[in-house]
Amino acid sequence: MHDRIADVWGPRTPYSPPAGDGRDGWPVRQDEYLSAGVAPADVERWVQTASVLHSNGDAYDFAVRGGAIVGVRGRPDDRVNRGRLGPKDLFGWQAISSPDRLTRPLIRVDGRLVESDWNSAMKAIVDRATSLLAETGGWGRIGFYSSGQLSLEDYYTLGVIGKAGIGTPHMDGNTRLCTATAAAALKVSFGTDGQPGSYADIDHCDAIALWGHNVAETQTVLWARMLDRRAGTDPPRLLAVDPRPTPVAREADVHLAPRNGTNLALMNALIREVIHRGWFDEQYVTTHTIGFDDLRRVVDSYTFDRVARICDVDVRDLGAAAELLGTADRLVSTVLQGFYQSNQATASATAVNSLHLLRGMIGRPGAGVLQMNGQPTAQNNREAGADGDLPGFRNWENIEHVRELARLWNVDEDTIPHWAPPTHAMQIFRYAEQGSIKLLWIIATNPAVSMPDIARIRAILGNEELFVVVQDIFMTETAELADVVLPAATWGERTGTFTNADRTVHLSDKAVEPPGEARADLDIFLDFADRMGFRDRDGAALIPWRDPESAFEAWKQCSRGRPCDYSAMTYEMLRQGSGIQWPCTAEHPAGTERLYGDGLFNTDPTFCETYGFDIASGAPRSPTEYRAIDPGHRAFLYGVEYEPGPETIDDDHPLLLTTGRTVYQFHTRTKTGRTPQLDAAAPDAWIEISVPDARNHGIGEGDVVRITSKRGSIETCARITDIRAGVVFVPFHYGPWKSICDTSTDTSHRAANDLTMSVWDPVSKQPLFKVAAVHIEKVAPTDGSPSAAPTVGGPRPLDEAVIQPTIGGATALASSTSDAGRI
Amino acid sequence: MHLGHYIELLRHSQDVLSKAYREVAAAHPDEPDVRIDCEKFAEQIQRHSDRLAPVHTRYSGESQNEPERLLSSLFHGTRSGPLGLLRDLHDVYLVASECDLAWTLITQAARGARDTELICIASECDGQVAVQLAWLRSRMKQAAPQALVVER
Repeated sequence: MHDRIADVWGPRTPYSPPAGDGRDGWPVRQDEYLSAGVAPADVERWVQTASVLHSNGDAYDFAVRGGAIVGVRGRPDDRVNRGRLGPKDLFGWQAISSPDRLTRPLIRVDGRLVESDWNSAMKAIVDRATSLLAETGGWGRIGFYSSGQLSLEDYYTLGVIGKAGIGTPHMDGNTRLCTATAAAALKVSFGTDGQPGSYADIDHCDAIALWGHNVAETQTVLWARMLDRRAGTDPPRLLAVDPRPTPVAREADVHLAPRNGTNLALMNALIREVIHRGWFDEQYVTTHTIGFDDLRRVVDSYTFDRVARICDVDVRDLGAAAELLGTADRLVSTVLQGFYQSNQATASATAVNSLHLLRGMIGRPGAGVLQMNGQPTAQNNREAGADGDLPGFRNWENIEHVRELARLWNVDEDTIPHWAPPTHAMQIFRYAEQGSIKLLWIIATNPAVSMPDIARIRAILGNEELFVVVQDIFMTETAELADVVLPAATWGERTGTFTNADRTVHLSDKAVEPPGEARADLDIFLDFADRMGFRDRDGAALIPWRDPESAFEAWKQCSRGRPCDYSAMTYEMLRQGSGIQWPCTAEHPAGTERLYGDGLFNTDPTFCETYGFDIASGAPRSPTEYRAIDPGHRAFLYGVEYEPGPETIDDDHPLLLTTGRTVYQFHTRTKTGRTPQLDAAAPDAWIEISVPDARNHGIGEGDVVRITSKRGSIETCARITDIRAGVVFVPFHYGPWKSICDTSTDTSHRAANDLTMSVWDPVSKQPLFKVAAVHIEKVAPTDGSPSAAPTVGGPRPLDEAVIQPTIGGATALASSTSDAGRI
Repeated sequence: MHLGHYIELLRHSQDVLSKAYREVAAAHPDEPDVRIDCEKFAEQIQRHSDRLAPVHTRYSGESQNEPERLLSSLFHGTRSGPLGLLRDLHDVYLVASECDLAWTLITQAARGARDTELICIASECDGQVAVQLAWLRSRMKQAAPQALVVER
């Protein structure tokens, strides 16, 4: 048995690249955890599901006994995890049966939320929506802000309600905060969204580059795969780019810790070196790309000396990184929030794509890009169109694409919003602030803690003029501000499909009944559509499907012929096997491991999802300009100049703040904070400070520190680490809500997003959480105890001897079994 | 030879444009993209003007007889609110268009004058003004339905 709070990655199963039969060779390691007192023989049923507390898409089964979930075990035949589970998979399901679940609809009466019933709650929403829609421009008064944690079937249904029922462009998800840049970078480089690579590339590669991606904490099972390769013969080399001393950075052969906000300068220098040293594939570049001359011209001034100064990194490390990238035969890159939530996000993420295109490292085993997602079903939100995009990665500027949807839904094409760019999340909240959006429906997300500059967000949600509907499973900080609260079912209580960051689709079946009157999100949307009476052109119901499987069948028709083609996939296939990667078509019924192996990209004007942008400013390219480029299935390379971020340090705010995550929590802790093992491991916020910055401010471990930006200030306790000087880190999980293990005496001033600002990337519109200027001061000495920071992951203390290590103890013991038995 | 006059016209438009960008940025602080991008565009236009300065000096000696009503101004201050933002961006677009057109005509003239330095500057700067126009148009298209139909 292994303490999976102390050892979040579990035991090693070393392996080497497969011998050439084409099958990846990662050994099975089946992880299992059952509640105290439950033996395997006690389990009545195993019901299949997949992760919802991170984006890796680990496949597992719920153990069910007596109508309740009592444990989990990994699915050994699944391509994503081969049976492995991370700590949030092993323990997070316990939140499902937390006693404080929302079980009845609530309606605000005289300023207070009071228990009500479904008919009254839905009637209140429908009455408001109907009266808003009765006037000209009514579509513009309603907005939806959804999640990265619903199912494909939920998103598609919501997308049709918004786009064909109401006809509003004001739809987005919290995916805007986590993966909008992944989508944008894929679109502008390759023509459409859709991950070129596959997790199986880890098995074949000889080098891995992690760009702003602390995979060890965000996708523990993917990191276990990398560690297992590193522990085998012929291990891949490893490059980490991160200002923090994460587990990835410590393991890496080369670690670059650039100043926040300078990623693009770094990328330009590395690309320049690859070009200068002749490490690029000239034939691939000529045949399969557009824009090489422009890229070469722009990067030419990014010498190592210049960029070493901009990024404050060592020239020798730049050289070592460039050599690792330039001489690898099979390179895998992964990208996440260090790039997506930072200055020049899309330009930097796109530069990783460009690096791979230059080296011809796309679409073959071991050579691929993974523009990661932050959430389990972010991909589904993007592909099904619950965000601003049109379903099926269709191009809102291409009238033929709009007509395809109009025919499919049998609605007038003018109903479908395509007259302007879709409204991104920050703009939706701006319209609500200005009062033109009057009904905001928030589903499975907690913007009152997770959005930037939350004092402003709370003021917007608290405004009496705005009718706020919150659909969630717990009373979040956002739900407290709602006019109507709808209690939803969560995973395990409903059926639906989840698609992860490498296009693997999993089915999550219903295992238990939701508590009280809580309802599946899909049923809530269908009820709303029925009550609103949404009709197609012939007077039939706009949404004819009634349950998850029929919604999935409808989605398959919508996806047919598009990059995310599900047309040959069925619930039956997903139940008999495990995860399947789209596209899954009659031609490729078992799914598709990699995209673009033939070097033909989705850039044809009739097929592409976007006509592209000027990446620096976000100014769109016109359809005519795009056609004149005549992409001919080639991918785009972009040369973009580095520019400093929107907020840089000065005498008043001499430090850069970066926000982020711990392995033990997810988002605003709504589930992980109600999971005893996870809650105990990371119960309260902290600030990571470097040794020199701590010395300059007279701050020691556990001291109370005030952190102040131009937006506001917070107080939390210090953890001194090897983080680079000049940078401080605060996790964004902790808002006012207090968990059981939380010992904080005042939780009202610790949310990292009280410090961050309302700015976003010009192309992806993703907020820049990682570039705020702050100052810090010690406000009180420690009471003798260290900060609440765990010792695992980024906040690992310098002196491990003096701080109790984070362990889970008896309740965190899980088994791991390989083909050879217990390990 | 009137090329110097046209360069003067362009530099005047650039002054108006960079000032307009700065005023619009300041007038709409709660629209972060407008605030940040308009500040950047103002600096970019200022750099264009700086690059044009030596060329301007070179041609101003050759230009006599200032023509009638050479300079005009298309920007007369900012407004507030969603409609005000749309109107402000609309005005800025017109000034940027004036720069764009002036660059086009100056490029033609530079070809006639066989002035490769000016052709090169014009090609780079006009490309950047074109990007600004695309940005402004897109931002207005985004704002227009809400400001003109939904706002009461």
